Amino acid sequence: MKISYNWIKEYLDLDVKPVDLAEKIERTSVEVDDVTKPSDGLKKIVVGHVLSVEAHPDSDHLHVCQVDVGEDDPLQIVCGAPNIAKGQHVIVALPGSRIANNVKIKKSKMRGIPSAGMICALQEIGFSEDVVPKAYVEGIYVLPEDATPGDAVYDYLGMNDSLIDLDVTPNRGDMLSVYGTLHDLAAIYDKPVELDHPEVKEAGATIDDQLAVHVDATLSSQYRMRLVKNLKLAPSPMWLQIRLWNAGMRPINNVVDITNYIMLKYGQPLHAFDYDKFNGEDVYVRTAKAGEKLTTLDENDHDLDENDIVIADQKGPIALAGVMGGLDASIQDGTTTVAIESAVFEHDHIRKAAQRHNLHTDASQRFERGVNQAGVQEALDAAAQMMNELADGEVQRGSVVGSNNVPEPAVISLTLTHVNAVLGTKLTMDQVVHILESLEFQVKVAEDELTVTVPVRRNDIHIPADLLEEIARIYGYDRLPATLPTGRMTMGSLTAKHRLVRATRKSLEGLGLNQAISYALTTADKAKMFMMRASETTELAWPMTVDHAVLRMNLITGLLDDIAYNSARKVKDVALYEQGRVFYREDGQDRPAEEEHIAGAITGTLLPAAWNQPAQPVDFFQMKGIVAAYLKDMAVNGDVTYVPNADMPEMHPGRTADILVHGHRIGFLGEVHPSIAKQFKVGTTYVFELNLQAIVDMPKQENQYDVISRYPAITRDIAMLVDNDVTNDQIVALIERRGGAFLQSVKLFDVYDGVKVPKGKKSLAYTLTYQDKHETLVDDAVTQAFDKVSKRLEEELGAEIR
Amino acid sequence: MSLKDKLSELRQRGLADIKQSADLKDVNQVRVQLLGKKGPITEVLRGMRDLDAAERPKVGAFANEIRDDLTAALTQRKEELEQAVLNAQLAKETVDVTLPGTPVAKGEPHVIQQIIDQIEDLFLGMGYQVLSGPEVEEDKYNFEMMNLPKNHPARDMQDTFYITKEILMRTQTSPMQARTLEKHDFNKGPLKMISPGVVYRRDTDDPTHSHQFHQVEGLVIDKHITMADLKGTLQVLAHELFGDKFDVRLRPSYFPFTEPSVEADITCFNCGGKGCKVCKNTGWIEVLGAGMVHPNVLKMAGVDPDVYGGFAFGVGPDRFAMLKYGVDDIRNFYLNDVRFLTQFTKKG
Ligand SMILES: [Zn+2]
Repeated sequence: MKISYNWIKEYLDLDVKPVDLAEKIERTSVEVDDVTKPSDGLKKIVVGHVLSVEAHPDSDHLHVCQVDVGEDDPLQIVCGAPNIAKGQHVIVALPGSRIANNVKIKKSKMRGIPSAGMICALQEIGFSEDVVPKAYVEGIYVLPEDATPGDAVYDYLGMNDSLIDLDVTPNRGDMLSVYGTLHDLAAIYDKPVELDHPEVKEAGATIDDQLAVHVDATLSSQYRMRLVKNLKLAPSPMWLQIRLWNAGMRPINNVVDITNYIMLKYGQPLHAFDYDKFNGEDVYVRTAKAGEKLTTLDENDHDLDENDIVIADQKGPIALAGVMGGLDASIQDGTTTVAIESAVFEHDHIRKAAQRHNLHTDASQRFERGVNQAGVQEALDAAAQMMNELADGEVQRGSVVGSNNVPEPAVISLTLTHVNAVLGTKLTMDQVVHILESLEFQVKVAEDELTVTVPVRRNDIHIPADLLEEIARIYGYDRLPATLPTGRMTMGSLTAKHRLVRATRKSLEGLGLNQAISYALTTADKAKMFMMRASETTELAWPMTVDHAVLRMNLITGLLDDIAYNSARKVKDVALYEQGRVFYREDGQDRPAEEEHIAGAITGTLLPAAWNQPAQPVDFFQMKGIVAAYLKDMAVNGDVTYVPNADMPEMHPGRTADILVHGHRIGFLGEVHPSIAKQFKVGTTYVFELNLQAIVDMPKQENQYDVISRYPAITRDIAMLVDNDVTNDQIVALIERRGGAFLQSVKLFDVYDGVKVPKGKKSLAYTLTYQDKHETLVDDAVTQAFDKVSKRLEEELGAEIR
Repeated sequence: MSLKDKLSELRQRGLADIKQSADLKDVNQVRVQLLGKKGPITEVLRGMRDLDAAERPKVGAFANEIRDDLTAALTQRKEELEQAVLNAQLAKETVDVTLPGTPVAKGEPHVIQQIIDQIEDLFLGMGYQVLSGPEVEEDKYNFEMMNLPKNHPARDMQDTFYITKEILMRTQTSPMQARTLEKHDFNKGPLKMISPGVVYRRDTDDPTHSHQFHQVEGLVIDKHITMADLKGTLQVLAHELFGDKFDVRLRPSYFPFTEPSVEADITCFNCGGKGCKVCKNTGWIEVLGAGMVHPNVLKMAGVDPDVYGGFAFGVGPDRFAMLKYGVDDIRNFYLNDVRFLTQFTKKG
């Protein structure tokens, strides 16, 4: 809500600049979006008196005007507005002036005729089109006749006021009015505020004889109406129009403007009906019936349902209660009798109706947050009084009251000890009482205890904690001390999982992968690729886009998207890892299980080509090296084995391995299937994905000291020809099993399957290292063991030792 | 010529030869020539038998002196030449030290991760546990137990991705308040925890909005926790993350799960508090929401609000990273352009 600085000053004697007032509000009450002065940035815009208007010789719509701008000679200005007329007082942008959007106005010629400036529409000097009175939307604005030519126009239009735009939180509905804001400011500045109260001059007949209201009190806890007759509809006086447009509302006519003005002033939305359009003399507040329709003031049609509260006459709905009035019973030219409604509608119904009909109005916004339930009649009286004063209306005697459930004020007890214990302050009883009283709360003190009666308008205050906030903010958060919690000691700790996750990240970064964080919400297709187990998908009920509609069940597709993003930007070498959750759902369950995963992806080369080292494109074994080093880093206790897997549709059938620990599958690694890579628009990419939770849960090797042998080791190399389908794992396993007691390690140092070996065979060469921890090994012992293992290789694997 | 004179001349000639020797081979040749069995010194010494018995020892001593001198000169010359050879070899081995080093593979943690790690480490040091919670939450924990019953208007403040009516993508890390409060045994000590994680909002991605971002929730509950403790804790956080020059101020705000509720601003990075475009001329930038835990939240989690109370805060690492490093588009964090990821190498 935009609060007018000038309006505030009418009630509160403030000696602060608007920006300082805004900062004070922000520090003490609610957030301030900005402070604006409509005349800021404008220059040399004055009142002009149109002395003559002649048709432009070369145009059928332009006029050549002589305009008195308070100087010796009138200015000749060419004007294209359809509503320009002799005798008008208008807004003139002089040569050298600056109008809205920083546009400079210079002397010019329009179709050959010199023009010294410009006659302006309100929009051209910065007014939003939404607030310009309808009569002037399509043309220039006409100022009142008493405007003096040559004067700056700003004061005539209220443009020197400062407007403080409050961003009111949902709890502070009371701040959506000038009066509500004044109550807070009175406490902030510790100054008295004198609010005026209406005195209605009644005449004519009793309203009860002319109107009856029938109200469902569960929908509207208070419902009141007044009747005003013999109204003369006219534009509102300038001061009223200024109040409205500075608050962002369009002036319409005196009756409608009065209802809006009262809403700004008191926070109580009012509605004015044309009484003569009622069918009958009975008004009903009820829920809509299925099938009922209403055309609202904005000329939109709405299908109503039984959750909508409507105001109805005998025939049907005439307003969507608390949201917007209906077109049929609205104030129009010719209206003379008005029924003014002042009511409280149930906030939840209003909130839903505003959402359902997409009609978020000033009224619905206030009813949703709650209006001042102790001020319903006062707002109604104030409107009636203004209609009498500004529109010559005859206010009928009395009000009709359909429901009248005014809530009792909240009474809250708390102790001074509690106040200081929670805030960490050393406030005295006098200080606390003074703060609460400055907010116009009533306070009774008995020793340490305060009993506080809260005005009904503050519907956000129910419990002692609410009062603590009032005390703290008015006292000032800047004056709170800054301390750290004391009391019983606690130990800072990470969970075992969190520790392993941290170690995982460090390990993979050390191995050259950059951490990526990708989106967990993805497409239905991507969600179910690279699956490590069967699962149902989990879909959002109302996604924003198909790109982020389903919860991922793998991390790799996110990394492939990242790689695609990079390669589209000519970044060809990408090495990423991601640690995050995947979401598996069992059929029949609503909620998926969350499993922590770790995945990596490399495309191009891990190490860039350099002057002393050629680029080496990533391959299976490089990725395997990374995975193996990582698993070693995590001290996974148990044999890690890599088993070929040709069955994953997204992976290269010949270059994919399942990763098993103690025979238990924890993930896979390999090359992304070329056709999948193509689909993602990425080049050859190697990936791995592991169930990180499984690694967390696995037993780990404890660190232990192992004596380093002082005795020399003896090595023997062995090269052999084997059939192509014999694997390295088979050979190493056999050597380890049959290598004898002194075999320390087996290391592959050569693999060859080129032209020099027979077809269907490959050559493998290993270094076997022997060592005795307790004495120097004898050559004979090694030879014996070596011969034994060679023989075994020949017998069991058909190896041909070379 | 006396023997003595002969020896003196020999010395002079020998030293000159040694000096002139150009390489190790020369030095060796000179050595053999001078000191060898057929060398001049040996020859001179042979002539000693013609001398007086009284003269003999003197000449003998002189001859030995000369032999020693020559030997020393030979050794020195040999070392000189060896050094020269080594120097020449080292000169040949000189490299251009300005050539780049051989690349090694090195990855970086994500910038948001770095901020989260920093926050975790700070609070670990202050005795907080670090806990994580589910990203797919129940409406009950995400909203109801956070004092946001169904139909609460403040639910409109957060657009939610629902999966079913009761299951949703968590919109905040606050449900971890309820989850930890429910489990905590206050007989064993106060509850001090932070909970970092991913949260989701039904937003259209643009430079300042992301449907996925991060939060770190903080919660402290004990018998005597004050709002001043909250202020002090947030000050420590701001100083840790941004530096000692940064000040914190609290402003009233509204969250259904805290009362009083505050928003914390810190000194504007861009202008140091003088006022600029970034901070809308206020000198301050909003960085987090906090407050004293609402009694209803404690009650619903089975904690007696008459005995226990405390504070909670929610920090946005994405926003912190944007502010701290001037990142102008939040989407950068989730698109993982390697050129973006590898910019943030200064740890701690
Ligand atoms: Zn700034």
